[in-house]
Amino acid sequence: MKMALTKDPTNIIITGVGGQGNVMASRVLAGMLVNAGYMVTIGETFGMSQRGGSVMSHLRLSSTSVLSPQIPQGRADIIIALEPVEALRVLVKYGNPDVAVLSNSRMVYPMGVITGDFTYPSLDDIKSMFEKIAAKSWIIDATSVAVDLGNPVLSNIVMIGALAGTSLLPIDRDAFEKEITKSMSVGIRDINLAAFDSGMKML
Amino acid sequence: MSKLLSAAKTKVLFMGNEAIARGALEAGVSVVSGYPGTPSSEVIERLSDVAQERNIYVEWSTNEKVALEVAAAASFSGLRSMCVMKQNGVNVASDFLLHLASSGTRGGIVLVECEDPGALSSVNEGESRYFARMLEIPLLEPANFQEAKDLTLWAFELSEKIRNIVILRSVTRMSHASGNVICGKLPEETRTAQFISDGSFMDPLRGPVVSTPVVIKHNLQQKKLQKAAELFEKSPFNSYAGPTHPELLIITSSACFLYSREAIEMLGLQKRVGILKLSCTWPLPLKLLKKYLRLTEKIMVVEEVLPFLEENIKVAAIGMLKDTGIKTFYGKMDETLPSVGELNPDIVAEALGRIMKVKYKSLPAGYIREIQKVAPKIPPREQTFCPGCPHRASFWNINTALKLDGREGIVCGDIGCYAMASLWPAIGFNTVRTLHSMGSGTGLASGFAKLEAFGQDKPVLTVCGDSTFYHAVIPALINARHNKADITFIVMDNAGTAMTGFQPHPGLDIGAVGEPLPSIEIAAICRAIGAKVAECDPFDLEGTSKMLTSFMAERGSMKVLIMKQPCALSPEKKGKKQYQMKVNEELCLGETCGCNRLCTRIFRCPALTWDRAKKKAVVDEVICAGCGVCYSICPQKAIIRTEAAD
Repeated sequence: MKMALTKDPTNIIITGVGGQGNVMASRVLAGMLVNAGYMVTIGETFGMSQRGGSVMSHLRLSSTSVLSPQIPQGRADIIIALEPVEALRVLVKYGNPDVAVLSNSRMVYPMGVITGDFTYPSLDDIKSMFEKIAAKSWIIDATSVAVDLGNPVLSNIVMIGALAGTSLLPIDRDAFEKEITKSMSVGIRDINLAAFDSGMKML
Repeated sequence: MSKLLSAAKTKVLFMGNEAIARGALEAGVSVVSGYPGTPSSEVIERLSDVAQERNIYVEWSTNEKVALEVAAAASFSGLRSMCVMKQNGVNVASDFLLHLASSGTRGGIVLVECEDPGALSSVNEGESRYFARMLEIPLLEPANFQEAKDLTLWAFELSEKIRNIVILRSVTRMSHASGNVICGKLPEETRTAQFISDGSFMDPLRGPVVSTPVVIKHNLQQKKLQKAAELFEKSPFNSYAGPTHPELLIITSSACFLYSREAIEMLGLQKRVGILKLSCTWPLPLKLLKKYLRLTEKIMVVEEVLPFLEENIKVAAIGMLKDTGIKTFYGKMDETLPSVGELNPDIVAEALGRIMKVKYKSLPAGYIREIQKVAPKIPPREQTFCPGCPHRASFWNINTALKLDGREGIVCGDIGCYAMASLWPAIGFNTVRTLHSMGSGTGLASGFAKLEAFGQDKPVLTVCGDSTFYHAVIPALINARHNKADITFIVMDNAGTAMTGFQPHPGLDIGAVGEPLPSIEIAAICRAIGAKVAECDPFDLEGTSKMLTSFMAERGSMKVLIMKQPCALSPEKKGKKQYQMKVNEELCLGETCGCNRLCTRIFRCPALTWDRAKKKAVVDEVICAGCGVCYSICPQKAIIRTEAAD
């Protein structure tokens, strides 16, 4: 049964670094929401832009209409970041005083930070920046959980589990299980369910 | 089951490219061909998933021109066919397209071209809409996901009604965006191919398929275009939404329709501004245009990238002045909107706000101040070769050979992930000096090498990938050999069309549907041309750079070095490490080594990072691909590699 959205449209941005499974996370989340009866519009950038660069999916949820695949600046409601400075990058462009942020704590250093030309802020600094420019924020170590489950690439699903734990969106374990039954092969469903559950427990 | 085969009336979340693919299935397409290119590739990928089930022939062709010829043969035989490519593919196919548009077609044929405004995955933001006008064929542009499907189906019907090819144009924000689509019916019957050629020259269905007699056929072609315009007048794909008497009329197409609609909402202008969405954009439906131009005096045209629609509307409006009166136009030509880069709701809202003198409610000043404090603390993230990418090793080898050779050799680049070496020079060790269209590196190298008589004395090298080799390099290579151009040609063979998602090419022994096909070897072709050919593994840094240095030293012939190593993201390699990598902290001398941090400042692998506290290199095991190359670059031998357990 479709629940009324607290905000229509609800604008969600999933961000990360190329190779972190950003696109897959957005597809799974969108699938869950479509199954629940919502209209979903996704805007994505992939291709050459994903080679080590920042990747972003815009996911817009509405009860009634198709929307622009690009969210206007300052209009994100929920930001899910697979990498912490990518959360900040999206926040400064799309954030507003009501935005909620769920971020992975695992850093992927940009090349300019590795070479020493730029500085990567500490996790404490990032936390305090989140507190200043987001209404709600959570930082979790999804990558370590995924590594313990056997594959760091599962961090994206750990994050989706954690998102369900925040109750920001009308999604739960059943919705996830229903979606992956459609979209994932049998052999990988259990490990993805375990990743979802671990994420959900982290909140 | 593929969701592309969902039952009629079901609501599915489709990517724009999937919606186009579904539309083609509903049209009963029999033959689909194309060459991979972002943002177009998923159309063919998804159709190849269902090819057997739906009895479709799907082919990744060698290049876009050949692809269009393959699709045209199906049309000539009465089947429905579709050809798919990115924007610059249309340039490649355009010579045949000109002649095809003149000869006319039989079975419905649609050219799907997906453009990349803002060049998110391209080295150009070229426009192909002008081809429709220049070559006198109809142009359709879907403005949402449902339309991407419905308009594709209709494009086939239109093509059959006018007996000519139809262009369906998409953009990245349509092709790679997703939305809800209600599926239509999939046809039961399939057509039989029958090429009939027993009629007179002027018989479109039984005569020879040629563009002669030229003037008569040209006239016929223009009549077909007029017929398309008449059909466009009544098409439900062109629609108006807004007040009866708007103060301003937006005329728009494609993803810009969604941006415009959102911009109106953002500014609360629903009662003052109307939108005429045109999905049939060439030839323009003039009666429809006249009807809506009469609504108001202010017209804003919103489109990407160049003012194509704006130009056409203005020309049409001049012819209607008596009926519609004088208008004020806002668009690209008066710089209301930029003529470069992609648009988005913010850019449209800002421009619309200026015209309508309405301010967009911005964020609280205090919040903006906080954001301004955060922004400078965010380190930029440039694109880079992935961990384990063979191109990093290949360019390392090329750079080493150039330094050993000492004559400041010129390296020409080409199109593929390796093009990033010319876009962000530091990631290719500043080796690549030119970058243009597919195959152009070799043509340019051929030219550079012939400048010896004018004092050009640097050795000339050129690089290309395996798929690019087949696409457009071969004629340039033959040119270089035949004209005795002394070049060193390097193929970075990573075993697939890696940048666009590992589509097969003629060098592999499988086709689009996974069917076994004979492979055509790059080395054999180069040998047949008469080049000296060698193959090597770029991960063997010492062996490869030595071989390349000796090739460069050899004068007067064409040398080909094929650097073979599959892409780190290829299905066979992804997630599997050959080596476990670790930095021995006792051996690593850090800043005091004297190597200037060769590993983390010069080699630039994202998985090889710097521990600021310890001042030593460290391997990020989560993202390390285990290629083992960094083991060879450390002068201290502090990077340790051990065979990874299975």
